[in-house]
Amino acid sequence: MNEQLVFMLQLVITGIAVGSVYSLMALGFVLIFKASAVVNFGPGELLLFGAYVSWAAILHLKLPLYVALPVTLLAAILLGLVIERGVLRPLIGYPIISVIMVTFGFASVIRGVLNMSWGSDTRPFPVLFSPEPFRLGPVPVSPVHLWSFVTIMVLLAAFSLFFRYSKTGMAMRATADNQQVAQSLGISVKWVFALSWCIASVVSTLAGIILGSVRGGVDFSLADLGLKVFPVVILGGLDSVAGAIIGGVLIGVLENLSGGYLDPLVGGGVKEVAPFVALVLILMVRPHGFFGKVEIERV
Amino acid sequence: MKCGGFRTSYRADERIFDTAVPIVGLVILMAVLAVVPRFATTYWLDVLNRIGIAVIGALGLNILVGYTGQISIGQAAFLAVGAYATAILEANLGLPFYLAIPLAALITSGFGLIFGIPSLRLRGLYLAIATLAAHFITTFVIVHWESMTKGVLGLMVPPALVAGVPLDSDARVFYLIFALVVPAILVTKNLFRTRVGRAFIAIRDRDVAASVMGVNLLRYKLLAFVISSFYAGVAGGLMAHHSRILFPDAFSLLVAIDYLAMIIIGGMGSILGSIFGAVFMTLLPEVLKLTATSLTGVYPQAFGLIASTRDVVFGLAVIFFLMYEPQGLARIWTRIRSYWQLWPYAY
Repeated sequence: MNEQLVFMLQLVITGIAVGSVYSLMALGFVLIFKASAVVNFGPGELLLFGAYVSWAAILHLKLPLYVALPVTLLAAILLGLVIERGVLRPLIGYPIISVIMVTFGFASVIRGVLNMSWGSDTRPFPVLFSPEPFRLGPVPVSPVHLWSFVTIMVLLAAFSLFFRYSKTGMAMRATADNQQVAQSLGISVKWVFALSWCIASVVSTLAGIILGSVRGGVDFSLADLGLKVFPVVILGGLDSVAGAIIGGVLIGVLENLSGGYLDPLVGGGVKEVAPFVALVLILMVRPHGFFGKVEIERV
Repeated sequence: MKCGGFRTSYRADERIFDTAVPIVGLVILMAVLAVVPRFATTYWLDVLNRIGIAVIGALGLNILVGYTGQISIGQAAFLAVGAYATAILEANLGLPFYLAIPLAALITSGFGLIFGIPSLRLRGLYLAIATLAAHFITTFVIVHWESMTKGVLGLMVPPALVAGVPLDSDARVFYLIFALVVPAILVTKNLFRTRVGRAFIAIRDRDVAASVMGVNLLRYKLLAFVISSFYAGVAGGLMAHHSRILFPDAFSLLVAIDYLAMIIIGGMGSILGSIFGAVFMTLLPEVLKLTATSLTGVYPQAFGLIASTRDVVFGLAVIFFLMYEPQGLARIWTRIRSYWQLWPYAY
């Protein structure tokens, strides 16, 4: 196989691996939007939270991984509850701008607290996977990417089973479908709101841990990756779980390919902007995304 | 003593000032501002200058978000276009500042027009997401269009020349900034006494109803973006003259969030609110910094700790105002004022 093709395949594979992390973040985002119509503008800070707390648990408190992980997830659940109870529930029924700003507000609080606790230096993240690349056919693949992909696929499969078969999952889907009907059937809508924030916080935390180990360190630039969730959910549709998963992978591949081929032409940084160019184009053509519910109006 | 509004004619109803007291107050304020550069230290002049710039920027954003109801997270991008356009017009084309700043503001308006096009199809959070994307695209262009913007190396801005005197100190730039802040406030105040301003408010309150009443949504939504970004362009031009060197970092997403916080904390759809918000958001980090400096004698670690409390205090302030005082500082101000106006018979 020639070098060109190997280069491209490598970009695509890395793209799928990174994109699967985006899928995981987008899953949390879509759950919140479906349940409570809140758009979370602080997804990056949830990532940071996961990465920093797990870093502190493993390297600071010297906990073994099988203890550190549950501790981190417990912290994430607590964070989700605090956000929903403390900040978003009082604002139910407020105008969109208030809800958007309040998500910026608590994101800022999270960032500030993390900064006060551990400072803004880059922290080396524990190596969870061996760094030695192996070959998939002619293409070298790093185990971090493969394992993060596998982990995420398992998680996504678990979540889709949860939504499909468990009573709680069905309650969440029912609430997303129609709040009033769900309430009249005895589902506690408030509880579903809280649960969706907990799940979102947990999946973002997991994404943060995976990103931390992929990058080999955590610092505050990790939060910028969180904003990539917007191209993903616009591509997939704000209220579609399947769209979030497919969109994540597509955006990951798109940014890697555009970065790989266009970076030499314009001097870098294409990876950061290409998803947002895609976002604008999709908004112009199909504002509800490829899997979302159509409810956009025209002037 | 005034104890209520008793207006008997339309003229009286349309008046900006009911009594002479606020006029006297404003004249005194202007007089104080005119002599401030003689007494203030460079540090406080710098803070005052940044407040002035923030007032213009916040007014512009309030016209768009607070009065017209179009959510924009793109204010930092507007400011960046204004600042870079001013700098490039002056440094590369050699235009004087009194031509460069208005021209740059017009360029920013054109840019705002492009930003505004999504608002015709998208509402609420979709528009917010679209402006977020536009922010990242703009920043990318500024970082990478190095032949024009010098990218991350920073673009130098020559000082403005007024009758041969270079405005190269904070005290001199102060006059330039406040010579533009005053008309900016006046124009905004009067904008909302005209058809255009009323149309904006009608769109915010209910766009379908506005449309039925004969407000052309296409034209007025775009006009709101144009006017708002004109203000941002002026504010950006002043930023260029204030800092005299421009880096893309100065226009990060956090700046856009800061400006949104200004109008939330100050008061949406209020001119006074824009001013309060600009003052609050500019002073907040300074007050924290001063507290930290005064505490370092007692407790040496205080500086690093308190400096990083900025994010926390900022976030808590935003959350607090959204929950307990959604109309912001401007509302608190009117409450205090009406209490004293009717004192001792307030209830």
